[in-house]
Order: sequence, then C-alpha cells, then structure tokens
Amino acid sequence: MNAISSNWVTVCSEDDLVCGSGVCALIETGGKPQQVALFRETAAGPVYALDNHDPIGNANVLSRGIIGSQGDKLVVASPLYKQHFDLQTGECLEDKTVKVPAWKTRIHEGQVQLKI
Amino acid sequence: MAKQRVVVVGNGMVGHRFIEYLLESPAAGQFEIITFSEESRLAYDRVHLSAYFTGSTAADLALTTREYYRDKGVNFVLNDKVISIDEPNKCVVTQSGRREPYDKLILATGSYPFVPPVPGKEKEHCLVYRTIDDLGRIKVSGSQSKVGVVIGGGLLGLEAANALKGMGLETHVIEFASRLMAVQLDDGGSKLLRRKIEALGVKVHTGKNTREIVEGTTCRYRLNFTDGSFLETDLVLFSAGIRPQDELALTCNLGVGTRGGFTINNNCKTSEQDIYAIGECAAWNNQCFGLVAPGYQMARVVVSQLTGGSEQFLGADMSTKLKLLGIDVASVGDSTARTQGARTYCYNDDFAEQYKCLVVSEDGKLLLGAVLVGDTEDFGNFQQMMLNKMALPANPQGMILPGIEGGKVGLGVDALPDTAQICSCHSVSKGSICSLVQSGTTSVAGIKAATKAGTGCGGCAVLLKQVVDAELTKLGVEVSNSICEHFAYTRRELADLIRVNRIRTFPEMLNAHGKGHGCDICKPAIGSILASFWNDYVLKPEHVGLQDTNDAFLGNLQKDGTYSVVPRIAGGEITPDKLIMLGQVAKAFNLYTKITGGQRVDLFGARIDQLPAIWKLLVEAGFETGHAYGKAVRTVKSCVGSTWCRYGVDDSVGFAIAIEERYKGLRSPHKLKFAVSGCTRECAEAQSKDVGVIATEHGWNLYVCGNGGMRPRHADLLASGLDRATLIKYVDRFLMFYCRTADRLQRTSVWLENMEGGLDYLKSVVVDDKLGLGAELEAGMAAVIATYQCEWLTTLENPEQLKRFRQFVNCPGKDQDLAYVVERGQRRPATAEERKIALVNLEE
Ligand code: SRM
Ligand SMILES: Cc1cc2nc3c(=O)[nH]c(=O)nc-3n(C[C@H](O)[C@H](O)[C@H](O)COP(=O)(O)OP(=O)(O)OC[C@H]3O[C@@H](n4cnc5c(N)ncnc54)[C@H](O)[C@@H]3O)c2cc1C
Ligand code: SF4
Ligand code: FES
Repeated sequence: MNAISSNWVTVCSEDDLVCGSGVCALIETGGKPQQVALFRETAAGPVYALDNHDPIGNANVLSRGIIGSQGDKLVVASPLYKQHFDLQTGECLEDKTVKVPAWKTRIHEGQVQLKI
Repeated sequence: MAKQRVVVVGNGMVGHRFIEYLLESPAAGQFEIITFSEESRLAYDRVHLSAYFTGSTAADLALTTREYYRDKGVNFVLNDKVISIDEPNKCVVTQSGRREPYDKLILATGSYPFVPPVPGKEKEHCLVYRTIDDLGRIKVSGSQSKVGVVIGGGLLGLEAANALKGMGLETHVIEFASRLMAVQLDDGGSKLLRRKIEALGVKVHTGKNTREIVEGTTCRYRLNFTDGSFLETDLVLFSAGIRPQDELALTCNLGVGTRGGFTINNNCKTSEQDIYAIGECAAWNNQCFGLVAPGYQMARVVVSQLTGGSEQFLGADMSTKLKLLGIDVASVGDSTARTQGARTYCYNDDFAEQYKCLVVSEDGKLLLGAVLVGDTEDFGNFQQMMLNKMALPANPQGMILPGIEGGKVGLGVDALPDTAQICSCHSVSKGSICSLVQSGTTSVAGIKAATKAGTGCGGCAVLLKQVVDAELTKLGVEVSNSICEHFAYTRRELADLIRVNRIRTFPEMLNAHGKGHGCDICKPAIGSILASFWNDYVLKPEHVGLQDTNDAFLGNLQKDGTYSVVPRIAGGEITPDKLIMLGQVAKAFNLYTKITGGQRVDLFGARIDQLPAIWKLLVEAGFETGHAYGKAVRTVKSCVGSTWCRYGVDDSVGFAIAIEERYKGLRSPHKLKFAVSGCTRECAEAQSKDVGVIATEHGWNLYVCGNGGMRPRHADLLASGLDRATLIKYVDRFLMFYCRTADRLQRTSVWLENMEGGLDYLKSVVVDDKLGLGAELEAGMAAVIATYQCEWLTTLENPEQLKRFRQFVNCPGKDQDLAYVVERGQRRPATAEERKIALVNLEE
C-alpha cells in the first residue's frame, strides 16, 4: 500500500451494506484488484473493512461470515472453518500469527470510504 | 544423623513410583536413594507400551528423566542387574561386581514373560512383549514377515495381536483354553469378543496346544499342534502369561508364594528384616497382582512404613477396563462367577454387538462381579457397587437391559460413600475429590492436576466427571451448559423462552435474555428456533445476519468459496424430463455433477453471482429447493417398493414422497433424514434414519432416532402396525417434540440417548400422549406446514434479495481467484500445487 498518498477512497453507497451482515466490494490498491469485506451491525453504526480473503481456508469468503462479539472484541467468523477475525484489527483470535489487512472507514455523503 | 540408604532393585513403573512417593514425603531429606535397573532406560509407561507401535517414542513413554533424578539426588545405575542379596552384610551385588550397602532394600523387579517349554522357542523370530527393546525386535521382525502368530489369547496376547495387525501382518491368535481372556471373561463375553476380533480379520484358534516350532514351507516357521494340525508363520510372539521375577529369593532365603513372588505381609515386608517387595514381584496372601494400581498402593504403603506411618496393603481390586483391538472390554470383581452359589444375569445383543453379565450373590442382594463387552460405560458404576457392597436394586436386570420400563437403572454417584475409591491408579477417593470441589477446584482438569486422578489407565474418567458434576450441583453451582457467552441458557431453554414469550427476532431475544452482540453459535441456533416455530422466510432482513453462509445463500459453501445446488427430489423419484433438465442446467453452467448419498443430484461449483440464474431455470422446470444447506428436513429415501418390486408389501415410494412433501422445509436443531422401505428387506436403510418407516403385512412400522454419520445408531421401534394417518400423527408429535427440546446440533439419536426415561418416555409422550401435549404438538406442526415456502422461489421473486447475490456490491464481476482443472470429464477446484503451475480458469 502507498503510505505517502494515503487518502479516502469511495467504495460503495451506504445502501449497499446489509445490516447485521457483510458484503464484498472490489477496489484497486497499487494497481491491483483488492476484495474488501464490509460489515455493519446496525443501520447507523460504524462500518468495518477487512480483506475478503480468508488466509486459513484460502478462499475469498470473509464477507459471508457471521458477525458478533467475543468478550469486548467485535469479530467475524469465517464461514469455512469458523476462525474469528477482529473486525477492527484483522487479527485472528485463534491464531495470533495470522492477521488479515483491515482499513479505517467513514461514511461521507452517503458513501462508504476507506482510508488507503 | 546419617541418611538412611534406600536401595531400589528394579526401576520399573512401581519402583519409580515408590521413589516419587518417597521424594514427596516430608521426611524425604532423611533418605539417600539408589536404584538399579537391568534395562537400558529409566522407568517408562509399560501400560501404554503398545503406543510404541502407533507413533509414540521411548521418550514419550518415559516416566522420568536422568536430569530429574540427578536434580533430586536420586542415584541410578542402568544396564546392571542385581544378582544377589548379601543379607547378613546388608548389601546387594550386581552383575558388574558392584556391592551396594543398604539400610532398607526395596525389591521392585516386576515380572518376566512366561515362555512355555516348546521345542524351537529359541528361534530368532520367536519373541516376547514386555519391554521397549522387545517391541523394537518385533518391529524389525515384523518388517520381514507376512504372517504372525501370538501364542496366548489373554489380555496381553490380544494387545500384541493388535500390534501385529497394525504392522499389516496376517495375524493369528493361538489359545490353549477354550476361550479368549479366560481369566477375565465368561463364556458369553468371550464369544462376542472372539466374533468381533475375527470380524477385524484376526484369526483365532482356541483349544490348541503347540507341540513344536519347526522350519516352515510357505513361511519361515511351522507350528505343530498336539492335535495334529499345524500353522505356518514368519513370527511367533509368546504371550502365555507372566511370572513374578523372584530369582533373588534364592540368594538369601527370602520366602516365596506358592505361585512365586516374594512373600509380603500387610506392611509389604518380606520374610527378612529391612527388605520389602512391591509391584508384580510381590505375593500377598499367595497372590501376585499383574496390574499397576495395586503396585502403586504397595509403594505408598512402604513409604508410609519407612516414614513412621501405618498404612497397610489389604489386597486390591483386579477389575479392568480396556480397549482391545478397538473393542471395549471390562471385567469387574468375580466376573466368572467362582463364588459359591453365585448367580448371573446376562444380556446378549448380537445386533448391537454388546454383551453384559452381572454376577450376584446367592441371595441376589450384592453385586459380585460383571462382564461387559462392546459397551463399558457402566464399568465405573458396577465396580463401585461391588467394592462398596451397595444394595442391588429390586430388578438388577434393569442395570443391563436397554430400555425396559423406567429406563436403565443407574447408580447415582450420590449413593457412593466418601471413602469410595474413584481412581484406583492414584488412590483418589470420592471424599477427596468433593472437598477439592468445595474449596474451589471446579473443573475436571483442575482435579486431575491436583490429584493425578484419571491420568493413569484412564478407566475412571467417566466416574470422575460424574462426581465433580454431582458435587457442583449439590453446591448449587450450575454445571454450565450455556450455549455461549451471550446466552446463559441451553438450546432447550432458549426454545421455551422464544415460544412462550412469542419472541420473533434476534435483537428482541438479545435484549430480553442475553448480552453482548451474539456470535456464530447463538445466532444460527436462535435463527433455527425462530424458524422452527414461526417459519418466517429465513432471508428477511431481520434474520439474514443470523444465518450460516449456507442458509444465507441457500446453497452449501464449498472449499473454494463457491456453492453447491441441490434441488429436492422427493423420495428419490424423478421423471426422465426433469433428469434431462438437471443435466442441461449443469451443462449450461459447467457444474460438477454427482449423485448424492441421499438419492438426489448435487451440482457443485456455482459462483454466488450464478446462483439466482441457475435456480431460475430449475424453478421454471418445476424444482424446489432441497434444503441441503439447512438444519432442516433433508431427504426421505425410498426403495422402489410394491409398485415394481416382487417382494414389496406396500407403496414405499408413494409414502416417502407424501412424507417428504409434508415435512420439507421444517427447520430443526440438527438436520433430519427419513426413509421408507417397502418390506423388511429394508433397501432404503430406514433403520439408520431419524425417522424410518417399514411396510409390513400388518401395517407400517415406525422407527426413530437412527443415525448414520460419525456415530451410527440403530433406530428404535416406536410403534408398529400403523395406518398412514396414525403414523403421520406420531411423526408430527415426534418431530415437534424434538424441535422443542433438543440441544443445538443434537441429532435425534443423541437427543434420545440423553432423554431421562429413554425410549419408554418418548413412547409415553408420542404414542400414549401422557403429557397431554399431543394436540399442541400437532398444531405446531400444522402451522409450519401451512407456512411452507420454497425459499428459492421467494428469493427469485424479490429484487431486493437478489442484490445479495452479487460478488461485488460496487461493480459487476466475479471472483478472479477461482481455478479449476478437468478430471474424469468434469471440472474440480485446482489444488494448491496445480495453482502454482498455471491458473486454469475454465469459467465462461
Ligand atoms: C452431498 C452429500 C455426499 C454425497 O456426495 O453423496 C453430503 C455432503 C455433505 N455432508 Fe453428508 N452428505 C450426503 C449424505 C450424507 C449421508 C447419507 C444419507 O443421508 O443417507 C450421511 C449419513 C446419514 C446421517 O446423516 O445419519 C451424511 C452424514 C453427514 C454428517 C454426519 C452427521 C452425523 O450425525 O454424524 C455431516 C456433518 C454434520 O452434519 O455435522 C455431513 C455434512 C455434510 C456436508 C454438509 C459437509 C459440509 O459442511 O460441507 C457436505 C456438504 C454437501 C454439499 O456441499 O452439497 N454429512 N451425509 C450427501 C447429500 C445427500 C443429499 O442429497 O442431501
Ligand atoms: C503390553 C502391556 C500392557 C499392560 N497393560 C496394563 C494395563 O492396561 N493396566 C495395568 O494396570 N497394567 C498393565 N500392564 C501391567 C503393568 O505394566 C505392570 O503391572 C507394571 O509395569 C508393574 O510394575 P513393576 O514395577 O512391578 O514391574 P516392571 O514395570 O516390569 O518393572 C520391573 C523392572 O525391574 C527390572 N528388573 C527385574 N529384575 C531386576 C534385577 N535383578 N536387577 C535390576 N533390575 C531388575 C526389570 O527389567 C524392569 O525394568 C501391562 C503390561 C504390558 C507388558
Ligand atoms: S425393501 Fe422390499 S420392496 Fe423395497 S426394494 Fe427391497 S425388497 Fe423390494
Ligand atoms: S483408575 Fe486408572 S486412572 Fe483412575
């Protein structure tokens, strides 16, 4: 990722999100396509963005996992083998050596934006 | 004061345990310990010796290390056998000529394998099974052999046979007596054991006496038996019993028992001053104990004697529970009814392959012993009952009969006295476990760590958990069976809350009865309960986040992130046109096609963005969703039945379709599978299903709670000779009762096994309507049936829903990482290696 020109990139409209669940969007970073999993618990709540790729199951599926909490952490469970990933940091709770990329997000004029 | 010199001859399981006990004693500082072993390594776990064949190394089996002994100041000498005791001068002499003085001498020399004096027994590939070195030799010999014979069909012989079989040898067991494990088992138990062993491909020959071992013609050796028959083999393993290793007795006039072994009294002292014997080499009351637990008790007694205590050895229980060749076998107390006047209750089930026999006293009041083959769950209970002389219930047969009136009579652990020994390997009593629980050690793992209970042979594990749970319950601590951190309820309790309070959504439930945000355990469970009772469309916005991906996208997720498509084919019946249509759809989307084990067709490899188009074609052709993705009614298998089959008694296909149409879509704690067979030949395998129906001359027989899968269970007959309407009524009640009361992901088989009162209770609810719930359960089912919808049809009609089936919400496109290769004319996901070579994407 390009650290110097870090800026907000519009991904999709707020209406494209599904409350209580995830969706997948495609962006480009550094000239490469990147699948992003976007989650939101409630209508006005914050939006979380993780890489859609499940590094343990090795498939692009994280957006299709169930979201919830473990202790005070918000997590998504991979639909393949059920490992939990921290929605804020991308860290895998079952295996600390595994971490998926996570992005900061914001809603700007009805659009979901990621900080790249 | 000078330290006392304690010399321990033999560093086996018991010798080592003695040293540990002595080191743990508060008086440890007063002793200097030295131990001799004729083996090349320090003590190891002989009980689990056979694990050496399944991957355990010598280091895994080791009970201690050289560093540990050095650390603790224990001197040890390996590879040096003690050959005599110079009693007058109080020292021992070793093979290497070393003289070692002692103040106290502990003999822990164990046993040696008995090899009958058969001519030829000294041949190179004639071996025994006692030490790690023996097993090393067996491995070498096994790798150069095709056929192996174990001489001796006792407990160790069968363990040895398992090892030979594991090495891929054609394996035979030769037993001199007329039955296997003659010491522990009665005729009935032995017979079943033999059948099971033979089913595993091990050949058993009983009543055979080996006359000689000579050169073979097809194999390395040939065993000639006294009856004139013979057997060719490459390897011979002697396992004809063990004898106490008591040769040292001769060197100093130590007393020995009538069947060998150093004579000991209740203090474990031999006939000579300052000499003790413990473990298998000791004879107490002329009896040697070939198990490790009595040896540990003796070790404890001697430590007590040396440190001013007064513990005594008063015999030991020889009950055993083990797995031989994967078969559960247990014997308790006087298992072969040798006691004067003893009587027996026996139960033999050739189908379930279980044998249970109780030996009771002449007056029928006390349990003297038991034999269990195939199912040893009751071992702990029976052993405790026998040891504590607890009164037998009025109908002792209830303890072994499955599902008689009132269900199995069990022994509540509450009934056990505090002195009852729960773990005999480590002498842990019920009282000591309970007091640990009371002082805050509330987990089984904690108890294990604190007392070592359960870490020896493992035979007490079930009982240990029961004691811990019972004590917790007594203390008012709820034994936690909460579904997850968000809800302190079981699934059954959640179901009651939802039904009684008419809760309709997850947030309602979380607010009223939970905490946190929910998770991938409670969300699908509650989603399923909501569906069982209210049968809403599962993809309604308020439910969609609760569903596992399979339910959320109405397909089964595959390893690469694509889905499979399984349309319903009720009863397995399909017209040629529909079959062709399936083929055409599969072809149009290049889907891998396979006939499933549930009599339908599965189309694999559909991308999320293709699912709606595929289902549109299928729905137009008259197909409905098959709910292969849901914890729901899956399939009703059928056999062809009376319409075509010359044996068919009734129309199994017709009835199967009617049943599938009725219950399709029912969401449940776990998936449900049914089958209908047209006669007792049972080609539909109905007795392995949650609901099985079989036609008979007298009407339909209804079986319930069968299971294939990980732990197969034969179904139970719930009612017989039924007409269609009555059968449907019972199934309605049965299914609704299950949906209301089962745990999350609990198949009907496990549900029934955990039901208090068992099958009789289930019958009383479903057939006799004892609870008066019948009408309500039927009404509940009627409501579900009335609200059935094909979820795919509903989805296709709803443009908002269809939006969810996009790969990307912000642009068209598909997952570019999918890659396939062609195999046997169809595509399949590329493996990691194949991906490295080339990305072969066959889509388009
Ligand atoms: C497709 C199929 C295998 C096949 O190619 O034949 C299959 C495939 C799967 N089975 Fe099965 N089972 C299939 C018939 C069976 C059968 C045979 C039968 O139903 O007669 C059994 C044993 C019978 C039984 O359930 O009692 C069976 C016992 C299991 C089990 C073990 C259940 C148990 O109680 O132990 C699982 C695991 C589970 O459910 O937790 C399982 C789970 C699965 C899953 C869902 C595993 C998964 O999570 O991915 C597979 C996904 C199916 C898919 O992607 O479409 N499957 N599975 C069969 C589909 C039948 C159908 O038409 O719907
Ligand atoms: C395959 C197998 C499976 C078993 N399974 C079970 C089971 O499931 N449950 C159970 O309770 N028991 C089981 N046993 C029996 C259990 O292993 C023994 O009861 C236990 O090992 C006895 O301990 P011990 O110390 O008395 O003898 P051992 O462990 O035999 O130790 C005696 C040691 O002393 C050494 N020694 C002997 N004489 C001398 C001498 N003169 N000088 C120096 N060293 C000497 C020997 O070489 C040996 O190392 C099994 C045994 C085997 C072989
Ligand atoms: S179960 Fe009976 S009716 Fe059905 S196919 Fe077999 S033999 Fe024929
Ligand atoms: S009885 Fe052997 S471990 Fe408890």
